[in-house]
Amino acid sequence: MVDPANTVGLQVNPTPLLKDELDIVIPTIRNLDFLEMWRPFLQPYHLIIVQDGDPTKKIHVPEGYDYELYNRNDINRILGPKASCISFKDSACRCFGYMVSKKKYIFTIDDDCFVAKDPSGKAVNALEQHIKNLLCPSTPLFFNTLYDPYREGADFVRGYPFSLREGVTTAVSHGLWLNIPDYDAPTQLVKPKERNTRYVDAVMTIPKGTLFPMCGMNLAFDRDLIGPAMYFGLMGDGQPIGRYDDMWAGWCIKVICDHLGLGVKTGLPYIYHSKASNPFVNLKKEYKGIFWQEEIIPFFQNAKLSKEATTVQQCYIELSKMVKEKLSSLDPYFDKLADAMVTWIEAWDELNPPAAAAANGKA
Amino acid sequence: MSSDEINKNEVDIVIGALNADLTPFLNTWKPFFSGFHLIIVKDPDLKEELNIPQGFDVDIYSKIDMEKTLGSSDSAMFSGYSCRYFGYLVSKKKYIVSIDDDCVPAKDPRGFLVDAVSQHVNNLERPATPLFFNTLYDPYREGADFVRGYPFSLRSGVPCAASCGLWLNLADLDAPTQALKAEQRNTSYVDAVMTVPLKAMLPISGINISFNRELIGPALVPALRIAGEGRVRWETLEDVWCGMCLKHISDHLGYGVKTGLPYVWRNERGDAVESLRKKWEGMKLMEKSVPFFESLKLPESAVTVGDCVVELAKAVKEQLGSDDPAFTQAADAMVKWVQLWSSVNSSG
Repeated sequence: MVDPANTVGLQVNPTPLLKDELDIVIPTIRNLDFLEMWRPFLQPYHLIIVQDGDPTKKIHVPEGYDYELYNRNDINRILGPKASCISFKDSACRCFGYMVSKKKYIFTIDDDCFVAKDPSGKAVNALEQHIKNLLCPSTPLFFNTLYDPYREGADFVRGYPFSLREGVTTAVSHGLWLNIPDYDAPTQLVKPKERNTRYVDAVMTIPKGTLFPMCGMNLAFDRDLIGPAMYFGLMGDGQPIGRYDDMWAGWCIKVICDHLGLGVKTGLPYIYHSKASNPFVNLKKEYKGIFWQEEIIPFFQNAKLSKEATTVQQCYIELSKMVKEKLSSLDPYFDKLADAMVTWIEAWDELNPPAAAAANGKA
Repeated sequence: MSSDEINKNEVDIVIGALNADLTPFLNTWKPFFSGFHLIIVKDPDLKEELNIPQGFDVDIYSKIDMEKTLGSSDSAMFSGYSCRYFGYLVSKKKYIVSIDDDCVPAKDPRGFLVDAVSQHVNNLERPATPLFFNTLYDPYREGADFVRGYPFSLRSGVPCAASCGLWLNLADLDAPTQALKAEQRNTSYVDAVMTVPLKAMLPISGINISFNRELIGPALVPALRIAGEGRVRWETLEDVWCGMCLKHISDHLGYGVKTGLPYVWRNERGDAVESLRKKWEGMKLMEKSVPFFESLKLPESAVTVGDCVVELAKAVKEQLGSDDPAFTQAADAMVKWVQLWSSVNSSG
């Protein structure tokens, strides 16, 4: 069994990395008490809270945190008719936070994620590790058997081509979870007591051409490089599917990162995931997704973006056309989703005019 | 993992003897080699008699055996680190585990000695998952599973062709890197086994490796020899080339290659700076190999491992032959190897 870390008494870092260049986006419907435990690591940073569900509910943010909060009324006011692309009654609404942010980097975390301990018992500063991952190159073109070659104590192994040792820019850092693992409903039903107690001390780049299931619980990315592709889809209220928001974004960003020559990392940091959601509720949400993903995966594996698509937005619009063309026959939902993908890009560009977004999408 | 759980009769442990005195090596591995059949292959260029302690079930092969099998006195194909390939050739078992003779058992973070043999065989017996990346690594491991979003149709995995282990202490770095970081030692025990995804290339090290001989045997080719190849790993590339072929063929045939656990503890041998004095041909050859393997497509008609090796050799000759004679020699060696494999293993 694992426990979360005790962070009482830990000092706040006087010089936190990227303090003014990073926003922390947190979706919530209940409360933000979990931020008390994160204080030593997160307090210096600006929060963007996206309040889902009942907008009249008052969300209490612990003292000392600097934040902006958006509820459904705010989203409707800011986006007008384009607000239709932002999910309601699902944590997918968090991507609104990515859109309104003005920072270069985003860290997103769920409100049931606490600070983990490493094997020595030390509290893991997840944000610091994500930042290290993002600031240091990725190596998607050739797998290094000693994992992250830039890490202290590691390097490229014998046989690793020298021409590939500079790596590429990292766009996404995908962290993991101790305690409650991110299992789907069927697995949760079969193994309700399973806990992830294994701390795998590695960061690695996911090879080019390889897809993966991206979990939004503990995720960081370079908003300038890949932000517009981090749309978390249409989920929740009024939609036939849930718990596939981050998956959808993960497949999209990986295809686009591979196309644009950007890297995606996975592994450290760990957070401590405390709440297991109800597997029966989950099964209802995921049900269609479990069948649909059998078609969706080959779709993404075969998706080829054109040479002319050189920005993230261009790539994303191309992808949305392919979704409409190839997945609508699977279910009319994908037709709606393809439209929502376009609406999202339009909304993104409106809120983030090109002049403000410098080297967007270029590695 | 105790070695009681695996069927020892299905495993050959193949050791290439580049040094005559194997006593310290074998005695240190005794707890984990005990009960297994060992094939020890003597480097044909090693003049001294091998010194092997009592208490092991072992068959020893040397230059004479190689010459008999090859039908000629030219045993260069099996010289140096490549001597172990002769062991792969003559083995009759399903699984091969091969460890360099400068390695000893490693300790895990709890202080227990790692049974590398059992871990390798367990890796080989469990399916691989090259078609989609599982973020919790090996889904078949105790305490782990496939994560949300992993397609159900891909959860039975594919057969595992090879298991590539790692090294604590002296990691398998190239000479320039080791010379630059003379004091660096690998102290990081990463507690994971994972499948290297389809189409991803990697440098496979021969220091600590195992494979399913029945599935993929002929694909482990003793082929690429760099000029001035020496008797330290810093001066060879044969295993890296072999690994590129093995991975490509595995991908083509729908098998998987795993990397990660088990670790072995690798000791000092040789001097990286000394190795640097030799012009390191390997660097140039790797640079040429990467785009070749990246764009290579084996024909659909290549359905056996032998076919794949022959087709690969053809492509090497055509596309890389003019770049460097080492590639032409490698291609010829690969074809010869497949013929040898067929004749020695009549069912192959």
